[in-house]
Amino acid sequence: MGFQPVYVVDGARTPFLKGRNAPGPFSASDLAVQAGRALLIRQSFAASDLDEVILGCASPSPDEVNIGRVVALRLGCGHKVPAWTVMRNCASGMQALDSAMANIQNGRAQLVLAGGVDALSHAPLLYSPAMVRWFALMMQAKTIAQKAGVFAKLRPAQLLSPVIGLLKGLTDPNIGLLMGQTAENLAWRFGISRHDMDQFSVASHQRAVAARAAGHLGEIVPLLDVQGTVYGEDDGVRADANLAGLSRLKPFFDRRYGRVTPGNSSQISDGAAWLILASQAAVDKWRLEPLGRITDSQWAALDPAQMGLGPVHAATPILQRNGLALADVDLWEINEAFAAQVLGCLAAWESDEYCRQQLDLPAAFGSLPRARLNVDGGAVAVGHPVGASGARIVLHLLFALRAAKARRGVAAICIGGGQGGAMLVESIS
Amino acid sequence: MNIDSNAYRNWQLEVDGAGLAWATLDKAGETTNSLSSEVMDELASILARFDSEPPKGLIFRSGKSAGFIAGADIQEFTRLDTPAKGIALVERGWQLFNRLAAVSYPTLALVRGHCLGGGLELALACRYLLVVDEPATRLGLPEVMLGIVPGWGGMLRLPGRIGPQAALDMMLTGKALDAKRAKRLGLADDCVPARVMDNAAALLIVADQPRRRPPVLQRLLNGPLKRLVAGAARKQVARRARVEHYPAPYAIIDIWEKYQGNALAAPELIDSIVRSPTARNLVRVFFMQERLKGFGKASTFQAKRVHVVGAGVMGGDIAAWCALRGLTVTLQDQGMERIAPALQRAYAAYSKRLKDPRELRDVMDRLIPDPEGHGAKSADVVIEAIFENLDAKRALLEQLDAVIKPDAVLATNTSSLRIEELSSGLGRPGRLIGIHFFNPVANMPLVEVVAGEGADTEILARGTAFVKQIDRLPLPVKSAPGFLVNAVLGPYMLEAMRAVDEGLALETVDEAMLAFGMPMGPIELVDMVGLDIAMAVGKSLAGADAEPPRCLLERFNAGQLGKKSGRGFYEYRQGKAAKGVPGRVPAGLAERLVAPLLERTQQLVNDGIVADADLADAGVIFGTGFAPFTGGPLNYLRNRNV
Repeated sequence: MGFQPVYVVDGARTPFLKGRNAPGPFSASDLAVQAGRALLIRQSFAASDLDEVILGCASPSPDEVNIGRVVALRLGCGHKVPAWTVMRNCASGMQALDSAMANIQNGRAQLVLAGGVDALSHAPLLYSPAMVRWFALMMQAKTIAQKAGVFAKLRPAQLLSPVIGLLKGLTDPNIGLLMGQTAENLAWRFGISRHDMDQFSVASHQRAVAARAAGHLGEIVPLLDVQGTVYGEDDGVRADANLAGLSRLKPFFDRRYGRVTPGNSSQISDGAAWLILASQAAVDKWRLEPLGRITDSQWAALDPAQMGLGPVHAATPILQRNGLALADVDLWEINEAFAAQVLGCLAAWESDEYCRQQLDLPAAFGSLPRARLNVDGGAVAVGHPVGASGARIVLHLLFALRAAKARRGVAAICIGGGQGGAMLVESIS
Repeated sequence: MNIDSNAYRNWQLEVDGAGLAWATLDKAGETTNSLSSEVMDELASILARFDSEPPKGLIFRSGKSAGFIAGADIQEFTRLDTPAKGIALVERGWQLFNRLAAVSYPTLALVRGHCLGGGLELALACRYLLVVDEPATRLGLPEVMLGIVPGWGGMLRLPGRIGPQAALDMMLTGKALDAKRAKRLGLADDCVPARVMDNAAALLIVADQPRRRPPVLQRLLNGPLKRLVAGAARKQVARRARVEHYPAPYAIIDIWEKYQGNALAAPELIDSIVRSPTARNLVRVFFMQERLKGFGKASTFQAKRVHVVGAGVMGGDIAAWCALRGLTVTLQDQGMERIAPALQRAYAAYSKRLKDPRELRDVMDRLIPDPEGHGAKSADVVIEAIFENLDAKRALLEQLDAVIKPDAVLATNTSSLRIEELSSGLGRPGRLIGIHFFNPVANMPLVEVVAGEGADTEILARGTAFVKQIDRLPLPVKSAPGFLVNAVLGPYMLEAMRAVDEGLALETVDEAMLAFGMPMGPIELVDMVGLDIAMAVGKSLAGADAEPPRCLLERFNAGQLGKKSGRGFYEYRQGKAAKGVPGRVPAGLAERLVAPLLERTQQLVNDGIVADADLADAGVIFGTGFAPFTGGPLNYLRNRNV
């Protein structure tokens, strides 16, 4: 049986708010609730008519581990709509879509709310194992003398140097590399210069600024905090981004000798993105007017040290299956974890050697025209709330195709740990 | 022990395997329990049978889902025409509960839901009190609100249980405690979830541990230092109620201080309370309130979704109130920036009310900003609350009419425009009704439900049920300028401003009406309403040619718009009017100022704007705060002329 297309009825996301070294104004579930309720009130069905809710989240906080269920209840879906949380690092949001599609395709569900969220600014500080052992001793101490003895063993340095949860999350546990160091690997392998990366990043900001001015970001619904502050836009986008400014930033991951800087990496952000996925039957039942369809999807895996090339490995089989060349796709979204990583993907497709060795192709797969890639900017400018990004790029791709009156698009994302995910979509105008 | 469980009409009595007796009150023919004379006689006979054959323990509980016991049977109060009957009523409960308090076996009241008045006095007479941790659990002695005193042992036992300061606060304000607070104050011995309540009741009563005594300071205050507490309480009461208007709170303090809480020891106080028109009038007000609530029961309509257009003070507060009462609300205005202040205000108000952070989060989740108005199409009730402009409202209502559900209630919160003019462009003009809230929405219990010419009766019934659903009192009125409340306030405020024009000080005018028993003086009321609104309403009520009072016009022209602009007649600092000392109030001033209000109320009844005099009285009391002890303007007029 072939791939049954699944309809994307509608979608919405919050503005992405840049992490500024302190917890942001919204928890992850707050973000997902605000985007979700704005999306649901414009539908012809009620929240309780959903068959399930699936939410991707890479780092749910300890008090909402199954954040999908927390959010579904807060959205007023009622007690009877099942909800779950999926985790595939940077592709958690895309995994939520894929899981929703699978359930729709096999007839378990007709109408699913799926998306992704992360509030990385809320990532916890953790105690080191040494500190945890100290707490355990303290709990066992019964007498005051025993307690004093344990207390004397406390090393303030341990107390004051917590493990930064976020840094743990952005480090590959198998090979011990930071994600940015895997991007340095790609820059080295494909000879991507600092200048190329910075130029790519400036373009990302400029495209995001232009998209905002042209009203091409219709998927954003504003956030409102309890102090009455309205957050209407992605706040990491810099209209003043320029080469001179970016070239002054110091490399972050290989501090003295590297090329990857905070300026040519995605931003650590808080945000949520949702899509409503539906079967043909649900479209008919509720008289929905879908944005488009997801017509294929693919997961792939590769060397964790080269994780940034995941989009190449995931998107290539889709194109092959559908008889398409890179240039046959009207618009592309490749999540910009790092400028070097997106440029690495393009270089890999253009490399005879890489395509022969890694993709079993006779020669280079081809060139992806830059004018079709991330036309409204990407995560370098907009931000990368890990779990949300996979859903954001699929959603935005459908909006961008509609704006461009184009039909076919591919969204692809690289995944920490050495994986890639991609989806082929079609706009319905 | 041999128990015939059908021996009583209102009580079910069982003795379990452990020898504990469970007395379940399930008052015949009612949905809530109250302590009628029959219920109390049966309780007396239960106690009598246990005197000869004591159980291991006796547990009181309720067979009603609504709550434990709502209080005495208020219907019986209306038959107290002689002092002897009043004394007999007090005696009945005082002696029965003393008897209950003195039994040899342990007793426990298992309180789930409301436990008010005589219900709490019964619970206080038990050795133990166990409360179920649910929002509906409320314990209080609200007798003072009916102008009477908690004479069945409340004045004796509550101060002894939780200390006199907290006890007097409860008895003098009528405020109820929730389950957690009851535990914290020592009123309840424990506070448990429903799932373990029966087990907890049995364990507590079997253990039969001595009760925790109040702290030493509280015991001193309830003993040798009583005078200190009583003095402070009298001062506090004097700030809110004058003894000539409200004798009951003063009597409560006296009976606690001088008569050990035994009202029977002060028959002259019972006599004065039973005979005073205040208690009669307040009981009447209570029944009028029940009548208003009853209007909401004419339809089984239950709204789930509300859509409010206009996020100004009224629209925003209406939306916030509906969300607080459990409805999902979409709030529409032009852009998120306009809606944001309403949500900020709502959050501040909720934060004061809701202690549980999850409840706070859930109510904020239910209040949904909706700049594009998507919520209208799925709402059960749609309320228009934009600025008072006929064309703007008409255009909006026509848009809404086209998208909302065919059976949705479409309502306007207009205070000055005619429903018929607003609705004439609609497909079915009869579908538009008025649902008129008062400012501040969270504090004003009355909502006028306005029927225009040819209003759809089903929509009216639904709108009325909706008002009841959100715990407001629906008052049916016909469409006429100012409906009832604003129409009677207009001439009253006008007369007050005329008096100011004649040279009386603002404070003197206000003082005259405070002494009359109004909660706020008429001049301060104009500030509260807004001088701009007063100008506009004056024109719509008195005609465009009518000359506004000089004092109003001058201030209006100077941009002094009232409390909202920081200055109107008075200057406002931190939201409070800076008032000087009032001068001597000229004789007859209050009568002169209130006369136009009385006259207009009568006129509106004559014109059929409000169905009868009782409803007019109820509307004016709950909509304006008109001195409740008078029983309302028309009742006042009637009694004055007698």
